[in-house]
Amino acid sequence: MTLKKRIIPCLDIQNGRTVKGVNFVGIRDAGDPIELARKYADQGADELVFLDITATIEKRKTLVDLVEKVAQEINIPFTVGGGIHSVEDAGAVIKAGADKVSINSSAVKRPELITEIAERYGSQCVVLAIDTKFNESNWKVYVKGGREETPLETTFWAKIGESLGAGEILLTSMNNDGTKDGFALDITDQVAKNVNIPVIASGGAGSKKHFEDLFLNTEANAGLAASIFHYGEIPVPELKAYLKEQNIAIRYESGF
Amino acid sequence: MIVIIKYNAGNIKSVENAVRRLGYDCVVTDDSEQIRKAEKVIFPGVGEASSAMKYLTEKDLDKLIISLNQPVLGICLGQQLMCKYSEEGNTSCLGIFDVDVKKFPPEDKVPHMGWNEITGLKSPLFNEIKESSDVYFVHSYYCETSKETVAECNYIRPFAAAMEKNNFYACQFHPEKSAGIGELILKNFLEL
Repeated sequence: MTLKKRIIPCLDIQNGRTVKGVNFVGIRDAGDPIELARKYADQGADELVFLDITATIEKRKTLVDLVEKVAQEINIPFTVGGGIHSVEDAGAVIKAGADKVSINSSAVKRPELITEIAERYGSQCVVLAIDTKFNESNWKVYVKGGREETPLETTFWAKIGESLGAGEILLTSMNNDGTKDGFALDITDQVAKNVNIPVIASGGAGSKKHFEDLFLNTEANAGLAASIFHYGEIPVPELKAYLKEQNIAIRYESGF
Repeated sequence: MIVIIKYNAGNIKSVENAVRRLGYDCVVTDDSEQIRKAEKVIFPGVGEASSAMKYLTEKDLDKLIISLNQPVLGICLGQQLMCKYSEEGNTSCLGIFDVDVKKFPPEDKVPHMGWNEITGLKSPLFNEIKESSDVYFVHSYYCETSKETVAECNYIRPFAAAMEKNNFYACQFHPEKSAGIGELILKNFLEL
């Protein structure tokens, strides 16, 4: 019996639609999030992540409404992120039915937020999302959708996040995101080896082999991707069947 | 009527959604009369043991739950609270199952989060469920195995993934988040 490696489709949400950017810029439409979510759940995705990329105050209600609909429709766990700045923001999406919230820039700005949400709702529902970029000699943490560099070193910040109460790390390599050249194996493994909470790798998935490389060469617990799933390049069942053939611990039932 | 016990724990909405998806009507309440009269009772939960027990005791729900005669299903923290004692917050629990709840040692990543296999299935909850099916877990504390164990899982060590005693059923995993297999387990409970 082994804990399975998770495959997580990510839906970037803008004004209630699924969108996808390349290297954090250049947005294109990828469909209705509820339809996509239901499709992925039916196909055997292990979990889903929804990131609201234009979370403004007037749009929050739209997001909460969407979370409620998703929670009614799908029978697998899902995380919601984007624009969560307070315990109240987290509470609104958790009460609407989200299993976890992910926080990113707001946690860098005010690290106590991690502890506050963990104490109120439990560590298991706090995902610390880290956008990272290799900068000359170091993997640095970036905030504000990748637009702003911080002095934080990535593995250090992941460890701080764990000690403050994060239950999981979602690590996105900006160097790899959108390239379809594969995950950033070095930093992913470095972070995964240095924390005792699960790590989700994100950014760069372009082939089934990239997921195999991720699970064979790093201690990541999950691989996240967006466009390869949205545009049908790699259907989730095909990816999982492939990984199972490579003897990677994966949840797979025939008949998806 | 299916009743879901309302208390200061998270994740109640997902259980309600899952029951409704299966076509059953349900109410979420802490009203003792409604709970007592229910056809089936679900005791869900994600949260912290000592604060949850404190809340149940203040509302007299602790005595009510142990006195129920209809089928009761504890989920996740619900299962742990049905045990004798939990290391989480050094908490005396309901004592339905003669089992202690312990924290996973940090020999692997904690919480145990994700899909894992259940084996040794022996309960009507698992009708038509295959051995080694994957279900979704999220927990840092585990229930020790005992003669009341009706499904096992192994993460860091073997633990009780499900338990049964008389009219009391419990599972550590989240059937409401375990895709089609979870739906079938919930349906099996609702059809008991």
